[in-house]
Amino acid sequence: MATYQLQINGKSVSTEADADTPLLWVLRDNLRLVGTKYGCGIAQCGACTVHLNGTAVRSCSLPISAVGNKKVTTIEGLSEKGDHPVQQAWNEVDVAQCGYCQAGQIMTAAALLGKKSKPSDQDIETAMNGNICRCGTYHRIHEAVVLASSKISK
Amino acid sequence: MEPVTKTNRRNFIKLATATTGGLILGFNWEANATTFNVLDEATLAADNNFNSYLSISSDNVITIFSPNPELGQNIKTSFPMIVAEELEADWSRVKVVQAALDTKKFERQLTGGSGAIPHSWERLRKAGATAKQMLLEAGAKRWNVSASSLVAENGMIIDRSGNRSLSYGELANEAALLPVPTDVKLKDKKDFKIIGQPIRNVDGMEMITGKPLYGLDFYREGMVFAMIQRPKSFGMKIKSVDAAAAKASAGIIDVVTFKNNVAVVGKSTWQVNKARKLLRVEYEIDSKIESTTDHDKLFKELLESKEATVRRKDGDVDTAFANAAKVISREYQCPFLPHNPMEPMNFFAHVRPDGVELVGPTQTPDLARNEVAKLLGVATDKITLEITRLGGGFGRRLKADYVLEAAELSSIIKVPVKLIWTREDDMGGGSYRPAVRYRFQAALDKESNLIGYKLRGVGINSGNSTREDNFPAGAVDNLLIESVEYKSAITTGAWRAPITNFLAFAEQSFIDEIANEVKQDPIQFRLTLLEKAKKSPVGAIKYDVDRMKTVIELAREKSNWGKNKNVIQGFSVYFSHRSYVAQVAEVVMIEGKPVIKKIHAAADCGVVVNLSGANQQIRGGIVDGMGHAFYGNLTFKDGVAEQINFNNYRLIRYKEVPEIDVHFVNNEIDPTGLGEPALPPTGGAIANALFKATGKRMYNQPFVKQEALTGVSLDSKM
Repeated sequence: MATYQLQINGKSVSTEADADTPLLWVLRDNLRLVGTKYGCGIAQCGACTVHLNGTAVRSCSLPISAVGNKKVTTIEGLSEKGDHPVQQAWNEVDVAQCGYCQAGQIMTAAALLGKKSKPSDQDIETAMNGNICRCGTYHRIHEAVVLASSKISK
Repeated sequence: MEPVTKTNRRNFIKLATATTGGLILGFNWEANATTFNVLDEATLAADNNFNSYLSISSDNVITIFSPNPELGQNIKTSFPMIVAEELEADWSRVKVVQAALDTKKFERQLTGGSGAIPHSWERLRKAGATAKQMLLEAGAKRWNVSASSLVAENGMIIDRSGNRSLSYGELANEAALLPVPTDVKLKDKKDFKIIGQPIRNVDGMEMITGKPLYGLDFYREGMVFAMIQRPKSFGMKIKSVDAAAAKASAGIIDVVTFKNNVAVVGKSTWQVNKARKLLRVEYEIDSKIESTTDHDKLFKELLESKEATVRRKDGDVDTAFANAAKVISREYQCPFLPHNPMEPMNFFAHVRPDGVELVGPTQTPDLARNEVAKLLGVATDKITLEITRLGGGFGRRLKADYVLEAAELSSIIKVPVKLIWTREDDMGGGSYRPAVRYRFQAALDKESNLIGYKLRGVGINSGNSTREDNFPAGAVDNLLIESVEYKSAITTGAWRAPITNFLAFAEQSFIDEIANEVKQDPIQFRLTLLEKAKKSPVGAIKYDVDRMKTVIELAREKSNWGKNKNVIQGFSVYFSHRSYVAQVAEVVMIEGKPVIKKIHAAADCGVVVNLSGANQQIRGGIVDGMGHAFYGNLTFKDGVAEQINFNNYRLIRYKEVPEIDVHFVNNEIDPTGLGEPALPPTGGAIANALFKATGKRMYNQPFVKQEALTGVSLDSKM
């Protein structure tokens, strides 16, 4: 067990964990930031997606010892009032069914649009294909990413 | 149930004024004897027979309690819409609250069988209408006019002639003192304002901001974490456990063995997960150890078996087949499938000397509570169960196995515990859609009339693998439906659209083959059969011929059937969970390979409650049906599942989804099911289109395993 100083959602946070503990479980069990979800534990489904210095990463496969000073953003820190353009679009399109995967979907989409505000269909496909939605909301995810892009590009 | 007395109501008003003030209305479960009573808080807290209720606060917030588990079927939005419609509420002021388990108030708190709306439709409407009537009466009393001269609109009681109005909140306390009307008029469906609209999910903002909604998000101060090592192989039992290394691992509190479970209990999910890998458990054979290759052989034997359960017999099948000019015989097979809801199984349990607290995701809270009561020898009224939002279910959470595990573990270690299944636990040792094989046979006479029809379904722990009173029963004079079930140690259970999720594919593929054989348009062929079922039905049937005919014709029209020369179309139609869905799949050939471009769906689920939710139910059901028809495959070797995570088990992804067009039949039939009916027809529509495009027929799922068509791809451009 070691102490880690993490930069999470704009705050410096101190927490104790074994070095190999995935960031996912530190977020959930230690910090109670439970918006980041456990789906498969092997970086295949994307439910645990967070941003590390603005890049989408799978927190289930990222040991806490590898996080260092990098800025971690979770769904809770994407915006203060839930009004990030991607969240707005997700709400307007009424994307979610069970909703369990959607935080991961939103974080993936937000990272994509953070790097490329007007992505091509191919860009969207490449980014979103890593996130599984078992309910099958893919059409609405597509629609919401396009809508969010138009909000950001305005 | 005791009627609520006026004194009680006054007590309530006092209490309510002290808190938020307002009217609370309960409504009883029995549809035919629906009675409504104004409830006081004491009554609400005490035992009573109410199903669900709504409250109106003095500051105009209408709270509607939603009793059924929400797993993505959108019930938590649809239920309140129905109440709000009849209440003439201002939807923007409606607050929805998930009710805890209380079968005395809310009899049916179950999510399964696409049944929530059909079961509750009338009760919910009456609840809203009754409250509205009481508010009208209260307004009439206040102004000393007759209630019939007033209108209720958008949360207001309006006196048009007097040019005055009062909000529901302003009238709620007075309304609560009035006698409860027993005979209220429901709205004409043509006047619906909320029902039929696309209304956003009431939990939408919570979901997209990462609020703790799901069972896995539940934490309690002082609780411990646990995972269970179960036998990897079905048919094995524990011989010996060496837990020394696991117990010595960081953060581990205890290792407990009960039944066939070795539970590792610790201070965090990760520490438990790590320690679990240090367990040394030896297993021994308990019953037959089976592999998928054994089942493949077994299916062929069972198809020839002399012993089968006859599910339906019309006419004289033997004579029809003996006299046939031509007999077509085809077989179709599907594998086991895991449910794979995105949120793995989990439950919180705290067994105390004075009672049991349970919190988590379940489709059947009542069953879970009853089974825990039996297991622990505790009265059900000493057990509370809080229903969290479910991260999907697909039938997996109809079973209470993981709730029982959590409760039993807490009863042993005597502390609050959250039990967590990993994805591997769920796929490797959970519950599966049964593997099934079907043989269909058709007898045709010289004029190509269908004179005989036989179906035998054989499956592993599949129960009745047929739906004997479905189409084409009723349309064929000589018909025999049979099933054979093989009992195995491999656990199976209901999987979204149980049995029909594969039976529909097989049946609709076979009907297509008959139509091809007799050189008829596949849609016309089905319509001709329906015509017979309408005019001179053979035996009793469960489906409504006219409703099925209507969706077929709507799909034909919307897909421009047979008229678009740029695409190759396949058709399928199925009746399940009281609803009707027809689908046309479109394939185009790109560089010699068939690509699924689009699916048109026509659905009759009666009145559509929430257009947004309903549209997505259809699309989601099609995506689910397509994904599992193409990719879903779970096999066993020596009793062990060979696919236990998404690295070698494929779920359909973003780029594999074609365009989907959804059309609803516009009618005024009370709502029928919607959570499942869109799934069954999809595999058949696609297979029929692929056949037309390539001349190759899909007989087995998953399609990707069939060499002849490995070139099939799903379109990436939505």
